[in-house]
Amino acid sequence: MLPQIEARFRVDWPGFTLALDERFPARGVTALFGHSGSGKTTLLRCIAGLERAAQGYLSVDGEVWQDAKTWVPTHRRPIGYVFQEASLFPHLTVLGNLRYGQRRSQPKGRAKEQGPETGQATFSLEQAIELLGIGHLLARRPAALSGGERQRVGMARALAVDPRMLLMDEPLAALDLKRKQEILPYLERLHDELDIPVIYVSHSPDEVARLADHILVMDAGRVLASGPLNETLSRLDLPIRLGEDAGVVLDGRVAERDARWHLLRVACCGASLWTRDTGAEIGAHVRLRILARDVSLTREPSHESSIQNTLPAKVLSLGDDSHPALRLVKLEVSGSTVLARVTRRSAELLGLEPEQSVYAQIKAVALL
Amino acid sequence: MWLTETDLEAIWLTLRVATVTTLILFAVGTPVAWWLARTRSRWKGPIGAVVALPLVLPPSVLGFYLLVAMGPNGPVGQLTERLGIGLLPFTFWGLVVASVFYSFPFMVQPVQNAFEAIGDRPLEAAATLRASPLDRFFSVALPLSLPGLITAGILTFAHTVGEFGVVLMIGGNIPGVTRVASVQIYDYVEALEYANAHRLAAVMLVFSFLVLLILYVWNPGGKKR
Repeated sequence: MLPQIEARFRVDWPGFTLALDERFPARGVTALFGHSGSGKTTLLRCIAGLERAAQGYLSVDGEVWQDAKTWVPTHRRPIGYVFQEASLFPHLTVLGNLRYGQRRSQPKGRAKEQGPETGQATFSLEQAIELLGIGHLLARRPAALSGGERQRVGMARALAVDPRMLLMDEPLAALDLKRKQEILPYLERLHDELDIPVIYVSHSPDEVARLADHILVMDAGRVLASGPLNETLSRLDLPIRLGEDAGVVLDGRVAERDARWHLLRVACCGASLWTRDTGAEIGAHVRLRILARDVSLTREPSHESSIQNTLPAKVLSLGDDSHPALRLVKLEVSGSTVLARVTRRSAELLGLEPEQSVYAQIKAVALL
Repeated sequence: MWLTETDLEAIWLTLRVATVTTLILFAVGTPVAWWLARTRSRWKGPIGAVVALPLVLPPSVLGFYLLVAMGPNGPVGQLTERLGIGLLPFTFWGLVVASVFYSFPFMVQPVQNAFEAIGDRPLEAAATLRASPLDRFFSVALPLSLPGLITAGILTFAHTVGEFGVVLMIGGNIPGVTRVASVQIYDYVEALEYANAHRLAAVMLVFSFLVLLILYVWNPGGKKR
């Protein structure tokens, strides 16, 4: 059986109730996704033990952290936690901040001077510093760092305790777009290089698309949907109000570079998609995001179109969209699910119905 | 000699009482301030009010109750006699105990404010970094509220140096034992020795001004680069 997290919490505050009963895999990145006030941060704090739900059960990988009799306090939970604002200790240098948790997480009796090889640590301070590129900041005080640097130190500090699970509470929300772009590559490195499960709170569809493997969609203290990323994003029966951001995320591999037209061919879902050359290497594993609004449907393959990517598809189902004029169409494209947004009138004119064969014209594919 | 032998004796005693009182209050007042800053108990209000009482109570009232409690028929007095310490009134330690009560809010309130100003976040961050509650207090809360602690220490010390009414009630006027500087000045005035009174009063005035000058010039909140 896969390691998993089992969480049942009930929190009653004036004007807010959190009630959930969920199991999700303790591996890869699980996104807690929802608007502010949906309870995602409260859920994360319950998992960290920073909030104590009056009624709750939590087990991680079979180990009970909370039930009617058990309460493991935060400082005994093998977690790393990244706050929205880095929350570094202002009275310590960057290195002092990193060492704070690292020192306390080492088993007692082990000499501090010994290298990481002697311990069981899967993650050392040096690795954390290297991974987040903060080697040149160690002697500085938090007050002398930029917002992005602070957040990177916050992440390194959380990793330096060698956590068995990493909890991140909107680590990018307090940063402007430029800083976000600066940090996202580091987050992706975490995702690619770390073996530990990550629970990532976010209200940004973009971050979720780039980072998550599994998603819990939350609203008003309840879980609306939970499952593997693409399966969940392509569900039509959910009131996921992604609006313009409705779409799917697919995994692919860079297969070919066309230098003349600055295009890349990405092998994905048994087909080929052309997209702008982002400089990715041939053979690189990439994520593709296809927004529903960028997919249109025809009954015949059209060769006289500006759209490069036309793929045969099968209609799986139709659902209502956020506006009464629009419909979302769930398609199967050689084994993968893709969403298309069409007007209700077009759907009527094309006579779209399940099992029908159509051609999906994909106007834009974003390489994440 | 500018100041007389008894003046110096009174000043030395004053400094000793104030130092011992401040040290005791650091040990006693800090946990109380921590509790007041962190608790959600319904007792926070009442306890906070009791802590603030010496601010508004006439020193003679405080001194009177302490005298009764520590006297031969009072509960504290009977306890100290049974323990073989004897009675506290009119002794150095009686003076210290009275000063601890008298200066209590001057220690607790600034420290409590400093603790409250830290907020929950640094302590939560420390908890996620494996620090136990006691560890969090010493490694995060105390360093972050150090300016508040220093302010509280200075205020407590200065306030204890300036006490008069409580000392008169509890300590009386025994040279070298309970006759502090403020009482010495009172004695000089009673005896119409205005010149002596002037000299000692001037020393006290300069001292008090210097203490406040340090507090106001040294701005703990604004120690930015």
